[in-house]
Amino acid sequence: MELVLIIKLILVVAVFAIALGIAAYSTYGERKIAAFFQDRLGPNRAGPFGLLQPLADGVKMIMKEEIIPAHADKTLFILGPALAMLTACMTGVVIPWGSTIEIGGAYYPLQITDINIGILYAFAVVSIGVYGVMIGGWASNNKYALLGALRASSQMISYELAMGLSIVALVMTTGELSIGEIVRQQHGWHWNVIYQPLGFLIFIVCAFAECNRTPFDLPECETELVGGYHTEYSSMKLGFYLFAEYINMFISSAIISALYFGGYNFPFMDSLGLSHNMVTTIGVFVFFAKVIFFIFFFMWIRWTLPRFRYDQLMNLGWKKMIPLAIINVLITGCVVLLLNKN
Amino acid sequence: MQLTNRSKVVSNKEMTLMERAYLPAIVKGMGITLSHLFKKKVTIQYPEVKRPIAPVYRGWHVLKRDEQGRENCTACGLCAVACPAEAITMTAAERKPGDENLYREEKYASVYEINMLRCIYCGLCEEACPKEAIFLTDRIVPSDMLRQNFIFGKDKLVEGTTADKRIDVGVRGGAHRKED
Ligand code: SF4
Ligand code: SF4
Repeated sequence: MELVLIIKLILVVAVFAIALGIAAYSTYGERKIAAFFQDRLGPNRAGPFGLLQPLADGVKMIMKEEIIPAHADKTLFILGPALAMLTACMTGVVIPWGSTIEIGGAYYPLQITDINIGILYAFAVVSIGVYGVMIGGWASNNKYALLGALRASSQMISYELAMGLSIVALVMTTGELSIGEIVRQQHGWHWNVIYQPLGFLIFIVCAFAECNRTPFDLPECETELVGGYHTEYSSMKLGFYLFAEYINMFISSAIISALYFGGYNFPFMDSLGLSHNMVTTIGVFVFFAKVIFFIFFFMWIRWTLPRFRYDQLMNLGWKKMIPLAIINVLITGCVVLLLNKN
Repeated sequence: MQLTNRSKVVSNKEMTLMERAYLPAIVKGMGITLSHLFKKKVTIQYPEVKRPIAPVYRGWHVLKRDEQGRENCTACGLCAVACPAEAITMTAAERKPGDENLYREEKYASVYEINMLRCIYCGLCEEACPKEAIFLTDRIVPSDMLRQNFIFGKDKLVEGTTADKRIDVGVRGGAHRKED
């Protein structure tokens, strides 16, 4: 019993540290990749290859002057970024980072908790995340911030529907709501993306919208809204908002890899003839490779596509994504029914 | 007239289903950005690598000395009058007996300042100078954090006396001499 607790504690700390570390280095990666896509070199002065850049950015953020506008609601103003950061860090608990490790004959899963409604939990927490944006924008008492917050909330609601529907189809094929179990079912190469290509497409588009990433970054579009919901924020509070976005991106990538790309599973994992712990270790690396690929994918899209106009965003969400998701649910339902009859 | 062969005819005709599906276009765009990932980077790593500049480049001014190491400038103020940006200010002083080895004329500039933030590097001061005292050189003015550090006094403008501290003005000096 005690060993379980210790392992869980280590896992919590490790996941937290890794999430923060990856988010910090995503900021570096983002700038590097943006630069490479634009034929530039990107940050390369702080440390070798500019690897200390996230540190320099962090110091810069903390050293900046902290301003709370005179007419802002102080409590809510502070609550906003805190909530954004908190919810961003909370989703990590249901993600299975690896299979099980064997210590003295007992197996311990590399997942902080495998609650049986893992998917619902993840979506619930992600939806709370929008409150961070809304509260921050509202509390700033600034029309640009308010507009940004409004856009964020309506965008979240619109895309959450399609996202939920794409998950419904996934739940129908797997018959499970626990993320750990869904990943276990995708053993080897039985990845869900093969059975749910349309669902995956809808899911990833919605994930972009949920993370406020280009082409759906309307809540913070600089060209129209100054800075969007974080116009009035400065110093580390702004840092928290920006950082939360990167953590969300990391978590989204992890969820996408877990739900659709087999998580820690990789082809031929049984036929290599390795020990159980060895397979698990490789699995963890495979999982992180997938996650990092999806983070790269997020950035790749960001530096390729321009931002949508707001009506286009809503049209896409309500008139394309939701019908498509419903069709997907229908087809999946029919196929599942037919297969079960035989 | 055709300038490049990259022009494309644009039409407003109805989009085909393929075009309206939007995804093929996205994939194509991602292909373009991905190809840029491996292209040669155009960045010039400035302090270590410098872009070649023209021989007539106009940068950081120098106040020249003559062959005997005396300052050429006589504080006539013609450069300040000529300057369209009003960047030059100076204070004139009379040469003291015994200072003949420092200043070529009886009058000299005890203070000579150019505000490098005002200067537009037009080179009119150089053209106006009757004493061949001021020249623009190919040196780039370094960046700084404070505005006041951009007011360059004589310490930053006058060249040194020893041969290695002299500042070459290249073709600019030669061109002037021919006109004289
Ligand atoms: S280069 Fe032009 S602007 Fe600069 S100091 Fe000389 S005259 Fe003035
Ligand atoms: S630099 Fe030339 S123009 Fe200007 S004050 Fe000196 S001598 Fe006169």
